[in-house]
Amino acid sequence: MANIIAVVCASYGLAQSVCDGEDLAERFFRSDHTNNWAVLVCTSRFWFNYRHVANTLSVYRSVKRLGIPDSHIVLMLADDMACNHRNPKPATVFSHKNMELNVYGDDVEVDYRGYEVTVENFLRVLTGRLPPSTPRSKRLLSDDHSNILIYLTGHGGNGFLKFQDSEEISNVELADAFEQMWQKRRYNELLFIIDTCQGASMYERFYSPNLMALASSQVGEDSLSHQPDLAIGVHLMDRYTFYLLEFLEDIHPASQANMNDLFKVCPKSQCVSTPGHRTDLFQRDPGSVLITDFFGSVRKVEITMETINLTVPGIPLERFGGEPHTETALAYVDQLPVAQIIHQKPKQKDWHPPDGFILGLWTLILLVFFRTYGIKHLKHIF
Amino acid sequence: LSIRPVLSDPEKQRGRSAAVAIAALVIAAGIPLWWKTTETYRAWLPAARISELEALQLELRVEVEVVFARGTLSPEQQKKVPASRITYESCCKSKSLCLVEADHALHTLTETSCGSVVIYIIPEASALLPQDMRVYVGRSRTALLRSQVASVVGAGLPEVLAALDPQMEQVLQTMSFNHQDVTAALTDRLRPGLSTRDSLADSMRAFKSSPGYEITFSLLNPDPKHHQLHWDVEAALDAYIYPLLHKMAPVANFSVDSQILYYAVLGVNPRYDASASAYTLSADSLAHVINPVEARLGSNAASSNPVLNFLLYVPDSLHSPLIIRNDQKQEVASNAFHSPRWGGIMVYNVDGAYGNDTQFPVDIAIDMSRVMGVFLSQLRLMLGFQQTGAPPGFVLEAAGREGVAEWELDRLLWSRSVENVATASASITSLAQLLDQIANIVINDNIAQQVASAVTALQAAVAELEAGNLALALEHSREAISASERAFFDPSLLHLLYFPDDQKFAIYIPLFLPMCVPILLSLLKIFREVQQHRAEKRAKRD
Repeated sequence: MANIIAVVCASYGLAQSVCDGEDLAERFFRSDHTNNWAVLVCTSRFWFNYRHVANTLSVYRSVKRLGIPDSHIVLMLADDMACNHRNPKPATVFSHKNMELNVYGDDVEVDYRGYEVTVENFLRVLTGRLPPSTPRSKRLLSDDHSNILIYLTGHGGNGFLKFQDSEEISNVELADAFEQMWQKRRYNELLFIIDTCQGASMYERFYSPNLMALASSQVGEDSLSHQPDLAIGVHLMDRYTFYLLEFLEDIHPASQANMNDLFKVCPKSQCVSTPGHRTDLFQRDPGSVLITDFFGSVRKVEITMETINLTVPGIPLERFGGEPHTETALAYVDQLPVAQIIHQKPKQKDWHPPDGFILGLWTLILLVFFRTYGIKHLKHIF
Repeated sequence: LSIRPVLSDPEKQRGRSAAVAIAALVIAAGIPLWWKTTETYRAWLPAARISELEALQLELRVEVEVVFARGTLSPEQQKKVPASRITYESCCKSKSLCLVEADHALHTLTETSCGSVVIYIIPEASALLPQDMRVYVGRSRTALLRSQVASVVGAGLPEVLAALDPQMEQVLQTMSFNHQDVTAALTDRLRPGLSTRDSLADSMRAFKSSPGYEITFSLLNPDPKHHQLHWDVEAALDAYIYPLLHKMAPVANFSVDSQILYYAVLGVNPRYDASASAYTLSADSLAHVINPVEARLGSNAASSNPVLNFLLYVPDSLHSPLIIRNDQKQEVASNAFHSPRWGGIMVYNVDGAYGNDTQFPVDIAIDMSRVMGVFLSQLRLMLGFQQTGAPPGFVLEAAGREGVAEWELDRLLWSRSVENVATASASITSLAQLLDQIANIVINDNIAQQVASAVTALQAAVAELEAGNLALALEHSREAISASERAFFDPSLLHLLYFPDDQKFAIYIPLFLPMCVPILLSLLKIFREVQQHRAEKRAKRD
């Protein structure tokens, strides 16, 4: 006998491979995704923008009804309408006049609320660059097999969307954010819906693959609101989202409706503005993409065929981790350390050079001094 | 009536020199100062090494030890083969030994390092393997190959090995890696459509490489009034699951917890089938079971690791027994199903444990070994141990209680190392590209440090893969991927500095124009005066 050490080397670069084997169920491969995420953003504050919150909440409601759990939805509402002082029916947000449909419900989970809805936070959620202390519910933990639905609503213009009445996000920034998501494979396919004035301008600059976009109006057109409610006193919904909600109410988790039906929602006769869509970056044919691929969460399921036989008689279960350790008694940390607060030293503030006002004031004083008393006193300074 | 002040020549000269001095000061000191103070801080990145990563060539090397048993080589061949170590394996001689014991005895002879394979060549006539089987792969890294090389003509060592080559290659493709595995691990960087459907299914099913995983075992009891369930999950986890997780410690960290959910119902109504006198769930409706339950499951808020959920559902007494039927309307033996990248659900029927007239609620102890058998196999699938079909003529020893055979673990380590290297290099190159494109992003020192350490670890991992040290390669690749993820997802890299050009003009013009206009005009005036002076001088000369 002898021992020989043989060495096997294999080199891999970018290689070709042949597609073979069709033995897995067709259903498994109709689409490439295994989970669904949704990022729903309302960017306007103030009571008269009630309709934007109602828009977002109605999409939230549909998405939840079709199966996406709260842990996979990032809901950002820039203002609180349900508990607003001017809401005659507190704890409700209605989407139909005569208060038919309360989209607020009793299990709404808002992840970013009020002033937390900023351009920075929105981009951080999309790109994943959140500080490490951010809880799980505020993160978009998607992977390369996730389908993501992104819905934006608010006031917009040609190439920008206004956040909180104080800042804006431009279409270039949005396209760059999506490209960074693609670089990290944070999505498999992405559906982008925007309901603002001149919404089509926001998807003009996209350049990453697997993106499909819908907008409620073209560049130069305004998106209009649907109906005011006389009791509440504001417009309840925007037209595009109103008809989108009507369309989605007919969808159930096993429905086979596809994207071409979604493109037909709210034609010009109903919407007054012309909805637009963009599918050139999307690889699959929109007719083969189901609505539930983005709005619902239909899981792929496989039957477990193999099991491991662990029932071997006579062998006792050994304790793997060693002796069970006794638990030490736990106590709460001092919740309000008064002693520390009372004897706190004042914080060391960084020194800043004197501000403009102080500098200007002293310059003025010096100038006046030297004008009145003559330039020869300058030698006392230098 | 405005009187223009008449300046004398020295005064004019002084004025001119003052204007020139101010202009010189603005240009020499002002512009560099403005540039420096409006510059974004960008630490230096190793751009050359990063561009090398774009064309990374991976070489994977497996160390194979081939041991010829007595009787496989003819005496002439034996003389020509260098005998560096002569070990007599007495176990192989005895014909009454079964295969598993032989494998175990062989395993104790050689110390195999992670990633290496030992192939024992046994004679054609050996009775150790059944008649139609040529190869036996054991639980550790050994394989028994039945072959006859004595008949090879002109037998020196290279010819003997060449004769064995195709069979050995098949063994190695089963035990270490093959083309499909590696392309599946590299799906990030390959064009879509290059991997086969099977490997695509495997890559969709298993979680991507992550520094940690959270595993949650849940017992769903929709009927506490009738069933009082007891499950000794801690002991079962200790006995069955923790050994596997401990073996996978070099791959990732695991955190395991368990819970019991009461009044949790499935989202679908099972249909009663009179022929089987049981309630059935068809394969189509299984997809809708998970969503209503998932909302109740909860997860650890503190970590962002992927979560695996394993649910044990005990149907309520009205809907017992509940069986799952597959597409061909046949009963499924395990009564369980799983969802890729999510976890598994098993339905455990307890109606046999009590009769009609017992006192409710009934105390029922769940048979954890049966349950854990199903969960363990589902866990293996989720973690990336593929359902490998054995090639014809192969016997693959089942892993049994240990959960995973060492060669299966090695297989996973190979694909994980390749995946980590591919992902880390993709992150680094795309980060470098991003930072190049957007000139306004601040690059802090810690990001530069992370990038440098990621690149170093990547190069070390590639070197170790070439050398065949799998364990070290995996460690380096994990370092590389964690450093590259930290660098890519650093919160300070947020690009909020997009200024359209018209906004840039709008900011700078009110600041610089009032200052620059007098300077420029006075310079122009001086220039014209000098010109005029020169013209006069020339005229005077002529």
